[in-house]
Amino acid sequence: MKRWQSRISPFLTAVLLLAAWHAAVVWTHTRIFPGPVQVLAGLKDLAGRDLLAGYVRDSLLRVSAGYLAAVALGLPLGLMLGGSPTAAAALNPPIQIMRPISPLAWIPLAIIWFGVGSGAAVFLIFLASVFPIIVATIDAVRSIPPVFRNAGQNFGLPSAMLLRKVIFPAALPQILVGLRIALGIAWLVVVAAEMIAVDSGLGYLIIDSRNAGQRYDLVVAGMLLIGIVGVILDSIMRRIETLKSVRWGFCND
Amino acid sequence: MSNQAVQARTTALETRLRVANLNVTFGEGEKAVNVLQNITLEVGAGEFVCLLGPSGCGKSTLLNVLGGFLKPDSGEVVIDGKPVLGPDPRRIFVFQERGVFPWMTVEGNIGFGLFRLTKEEQARRIFYYVNLVGLSGFEKAYPHELSGGMKQRVEVARALAVNPDVLFLDEPFGALDSITRLIMRRELLRIWQKERKTVLFVTHDIDESIQLADRVLVMSTRPATIQRVVDIDIDHPRDISSRHYLDLRDQIFEQIGLAHKV
Amino acid sequence: MTSPLQITSRWWRTRLRRAAPWLTLAALLAAWQAAVVLHPRSLIPGPWPVLLGVVELAKKGLLFKYVLASLFRVTWGYLLAIALAIPCGLMLGWYRHCEYAFAPLLQLFRPISPLAWIPISILWFGLGDSAAIFLIFLASFLPVVLATMNAVRNIDSVHLRCGRNFRLSEAQLIWRVLFPAVAPQIIVALRIALGVAWLVVVAAEMIAVNSGLGFLIVDARNAGNRYDLVLAGMILIGLIGLILDIAMRRLEKLPSVQWGYIGAK
Ligand SMILES: Nc1ncnc2c1ncn2[C@@H]1O[C@H](COP(=O)(O)OP(=O)(O)O)[C@@H](O)[C@H]1O
Ligand SMILES: [Mg+2]
Repeated sequence: MKRWQSRISPFLTAVLLLAAWHAAVVWTHTRIFPGPVQVLAGLKDLAGRDLLAGYVRDSLLRVSAGYLAAVALGLPLGLMLGGSPTAAAALNPPIQIMRPISPLAWIPLAIIWFGVGSGAAVFLIFLASVFPIIVATIDAVRSIPPVFRNAGQNFGLPSAMLLRKVIFPAALPQILVGLRIALGIAWLVVVAAEMIAVDSGLGYLIIDSRNAGQRYDLVVAGMLLIGIVGVILDSIMRRIETLKSVRWGFCND
Repeated sequence: MSNQAVQARTTALETRLRVANLNVTFGEGEKAVNVLQNITLEVGAGEFVCLLGPSGCGKSTLLNVLGGFLKPDSGEVVIDGKPVLGPDPRRIFVFQERGVFPWMTVEGNIGFGLFRLTKEEQARRIFYYVNLVGLSGFEKAYPHELSGGMKQRVEVARALAVNPDVLFLDEPFGALDSITRLIMRRELLRIWQKERKTVLFVTHDIDESIQLADRVLVMSTRPATIQRVVDIDIDHPRDISSRHYLDLRDQIFEQIGLAHKV
Repeated sequence: MTSPLQITSRWWRTRLRRAAPWLTLAALLAAWQAAVVLHPRSLIPGPWPVLLGVVELAKKGLLFKYVLASLFRVTWGYLLAIALAIPCGLMLGWYRHCEYAFAPLLQLFRPISPLAWIPISILWFGLGDSAAIFLIFLASFLPVVLATMNAVRNIDSVHLRCGRNFRLSEAQLIWRVLFPAVAPQIIVALRIALGVAWLVVVAAEMIAVNSGLGFLIVDARNAGNRYDLVLAGMILIGLIGLILDIAMRRLEKLPSVQWGYIGAK
């Protein structure tokens, strides 16, 4: 019974929402704001012009490039800083100063360094995700219960092995949460970056549709696509969190 | 007086571990807490010694110093003629069930310290110790799929698998129910009799110490000193309703300042 | 017991630890200056012109005005969001049928980046404060609702049974047991949401309004490549973001929520 309810209710809500949206558009006789039917037509239009797949692909490529670069730098750096208080004391100030600068505030500098184009967007995504990853990794390493570290040392593991077999797996559940949050922020920033710095991708689709002829059907279509891709990215990260070797960090027994 | 009592006992066994005039203080200035005061003790090779004392008296602190995880403020710890400078795989510490690595399977945990051996040798030892602690069939299970007692056995097996000379156990059965606890004590004794490790076992349970140990070191409340040493000269398996057992129990109760009647 | 030698060496070590952040900071500034000297034709100014830029903004009265404008938007959007989000989240987590009815709705909207709403918010609210506040509201409302809901659902049932055992009424149970039990997790969500809100206000100001620190950056660049002002704006954004984050972390240090972070599992 409960099961059935929780399965069916998302669809029910979605249908009700679509109906309410449609009704609101019909009743208010709005010319500008599109209803679900127009949005669907807009999506078809985009797909017909081969723009849909291209825009999604461009956005995804930019996010992957920036995000993976951030993971490649942030994860090792966070592990190191988490393990060594001296290194952390030394490197903390630049991190603490750069971290709260909204990544979008870098747009002018990104354009100077990389020109208008994908490079600038990738750089912004890198900036947006690298600090949350570093900070989450440091926190994760610092909150490892000392028992695990002591047990690891007791068996005489060389320090590289201690890192690989104890510190990293012990911190992993919390690191994964940080990685998921960082991916969410990266996805948020790519949209803004594409609105300002490039001429393709889903962010560009939204701002361009508005500026070039008030095509709000395409604006909403773009929003839907952003939502769908966002859900997919998030569920991939959550899937990783349910792997057996990290599950222990999430179940509260 | 207590120090003399300890030293007066000359073991027939060769000395494995020697602690002299150990002091540990936490904090500084006003807030300084003197936890261990002038601890002196000796443990012979293959001996099973219990450290018994009330919660918070400094038993874990002492064991951590012996294990090399904590530097004392003064005094020295010598094992096999060499001063202890840090943790060492020849002396394995068993931390309740919390020390089992939750990201590794039972196999992974038990094989954790065997990284210097060949793959075949690792597999052989893992197989042997999985059986020894009665966990066959659970090799691929993760700790969160096991009961408290099984996790505890994993940790003991992980310690034994590297064939250490000394085992430090810190209230290893404290979190178990009383039935599992009895079974685990019997298992530990069985393994100890078979492998003859030197064992230092911390507990706050008077019965547990008398059932297990060759010698019980009774510790006082903070700052902890060794108040008294009680030899448990009963052969295993021990009859826990025998006259002698109950006498020893009374002695310790008295020492701690409790009448054993409730 | 500690020798005087030990004491002095410890004294030096703590001194060094204290000084380390300032030393790196100085090194950073020096590196920046050096980079500017080595690339004289770069558009990016050194630290000194940027400082002059801040002074210029302050003299023109823009500094105060823009900082205030950004903070005004964030404050309203964020406070409105959490004032609604926490009660909603508690309800959704507490009453199963509320969750069945509304959670899917939230799940549908959450992944849509708040910045994707920019065109629609301009359409609905026009260029101005309301559009930006709406975006900030969206950015902070959904994460806080969902985090609160999850925190309530994962609460240790022993606490609730204990409350019921003492015959607390439903309202008392929510206020005296449920809320304190989920507070640590809510505070973490609030901190993350404030960070995102601060990010969104900058973006919103770049596109949808004519004041605030985000506008300062875009405007300084578009109107005459004043990169000294761009950097001044970035530094101000960073400083304010840092202060907001420190304030939120202070909340996590409160004794009544500290338990939630100790020995994080
Ligand atoms: N790292 C530490 N810093 C300060 N005080 C400590 C620390 N570790 C233990 N203590 C204090 O030392 C005393 C003894 O602790 P412990 O050795 O854990 O006792 P036991 O194991 O006998 O229960 C306790 O009062 C405890 O508060
Ligand atoms: Mg203890």
